[in-house]
Amino acid sequence: MASASHSAAPARATRRMSRRQQRSLLTGLFFISPWIVGFVAFQLYPFLASFYYSFTFYPILDAPRFIGLANYQNLVTDARFLTALGNSAYFAFIAVPLGSIVGVLLALLLNTKIRGVSIFRTIFFLPSITPVVASAIVWLWMFNPRAGIVNYVLSLIGIRGPGWLGSPEWSKPALIIISIWGVGNAVLIYLAALQDVPPELTEAAQIDGANRAQQLWNITVPMISPVILFNVVTGLIGAFQYFTEVHVMTGGNGRPADSTLMLSIYLWQSAFQYFKIGYASAQAWVLFLIVIAFTIALFRFAGRFVYYGGK
Amino acid sequence: MATTPPIDAAPTRRRLAQQRNVGSIRATSALLRALTYALLVALACFFLLPWVWMISTSLKNPSELMLSPPVWIPKPVRWDNYLTAFSQAQFGTYILNTAQITLISVVGAVLSNTFIAYGFARVHWPGRNVVFGLVLATLMLPSFVTFIPLYITFRHLGWLNTYLPLTVPTFLGNAFYIFLLRQFLLRIPEELSDAARVDGASELRIFAQVVIPLMKPALAVVALFQFIGSWNDYFGPLIYINDQARFTISLGIANMQSSYGFSNAAWVMAATTMSTLPIVILFFFAQRTFIEGITMSGIKG
Repeated sequence: MASASHSAAPARATRRMSRRQQRSLLTGLFFISPWIVGFVAFQLYPFLASFYYSFTFYPILDAPRFIGLANYQNLVTDARFLTALGNSAYFAFIAVPLGSIVGVLLALLLNTKIRGVSIFRTIFFLPSITPVVASAIVWLWMFNPRAGIVNYVLSLIGIRGPGWLGSPEWSKPALIIISIWGVGNAVLIYLAALQDVPPELTEAAQIDGANRAQQLWNITVPMISPVILFNVVTGLIGAFQYFTEVHVMTGGNGRPADSTLMLSIYLWQSAFQYFKIGYASAQAWVLFLIVIAFTIALFRFAGRFVYYGGK
Repeated sequence: MATTPPIDAAPTRRRLAQQRNVGSIRATSALLRALTYALLVALACFFLLPWVWMISTSLKNPSELMLSPPVWIPKPVRWDNYLTAFSQAQFGTYILNTAQITLISVVGAVLSNTFIAYGFARVHWPGRNVVFGLVLATLMLPSFVTFIPLYITFRHLGWLNTYLPLTVPTFLGNAFYIFLLRQFLLRIPEELSDAARVDGASELRIFAQVVIPLMKPALAVVALFQFIGSWNDYFGPLIYINDQARFTISLGIANMQSSYGFSNAAWVMAATTMSTLPIVILFFFAQRTFIEGITMSGIKG
């Protein structure tokens, strides 16, 4: 549209809009005006403000005082921050790939012509919309080392279960298991993607003598790879902001021995328990940069393996 | 399985492969089906276990809580745990508070995002695509970058301990819903609006009388997602609400858990069960809308 008006009235049109365009501009801005207000007040301003705060000493009750890079320098030597960084990375780099594998597997199982598919779909999906606080409380009990159901089931097959959320080594694996339970949302997305794969492709491969595993690996997986990438990226962004489960199960302190102290938990502690607004803002920005870096890296790296020909 | 007749080169090779496979295919597919079922049932048990455990625990007697092997069906079944949640904690208040926030937020989200998406999909104004790009870019902006300044702003405004920080932003658009509704709007034929335009209808009138009635399925998706989002929200209430009388359900049961969780787990679990109930009911009534919504958001992204 822009180029059409360009060629029609070269000199003037670029500088002055026609009355019709002016009218449509006003109408358009009128419709999106709530977004403009929301964007400026709740996104742009806080985004810039938190960047500024990250260079200040700001104990909430006093005005912020500029201290240059000191917050960022402190972060590098802050043992708890480094612990949190490690914990978040541990969680994200295991929970997200594992969740993708389980998600694709469940979707493949649901994509077969067997009875009761809709019942299974409901069973897998429901956890992903239950209140996180509710599931955190239930899992807290299930992982109870003495009376929890998890260790009871393990004892049935002769395994002495660990202390789970009470043990520094097993607390993160417990969190990962809980996150797998919430994989249902991704399952539905994968399932929709699988149903978009043209059946001719797998049939052709079958005729050529490809077995099921070959069909799966060489046709189905590449065909849904853009959706897998999308889910991995959103999953990773979510994993680095993982907060509620830990906050509910540990009362916000990341116990035991800081083993569940995630970046988001430490950020919350810094802001609302220690009232170090400047320091917390610097953490938020480091976290933001990590997320951006991983997103770009994933698109770059995975771009080579993702097949976009289908769409 | 339906096979297409071989039309291109090397037909004999294909036919040979086909013949060789026919016998084994039937046996493999029966085995595969049995395997699929076994896997599905095993996984379903894992996904169902927390529900069974939650309901079972919510009906237990205090003495049964720490038993191992666990008691599945309590004796006697303590239905009164559900009433205790109301008498021991202000659970009724929490429900009303949450319902209030959720209702206002759903109205806010549906109204504002429909309006905004219309401006991006149906009004052709210069610079529209650039601004829409900005909307999409904000999807990447994590909330933890913005929440500290927002908290400070709301504190200056005197909004702490009110529901305003939780509800007002829903009236000012959400990038994800704008995207969802815009995609939907783009598929509604423009001729319908043009006909009304010829008749001299204003843009606002076209929006309200022609387009909105056609958008119902997409609006249902937004309403549903916002309902779930507000009902389940924990972080927002956690930082903005301090007064227990104003707690939401999520905040309330987290608080019950930390105060009574290990002494009175049964009625805390009863409260937890009740907190999931509206979501479960909603799912069973609006299953199709859910699935459509998630498919819409996932594939087109």
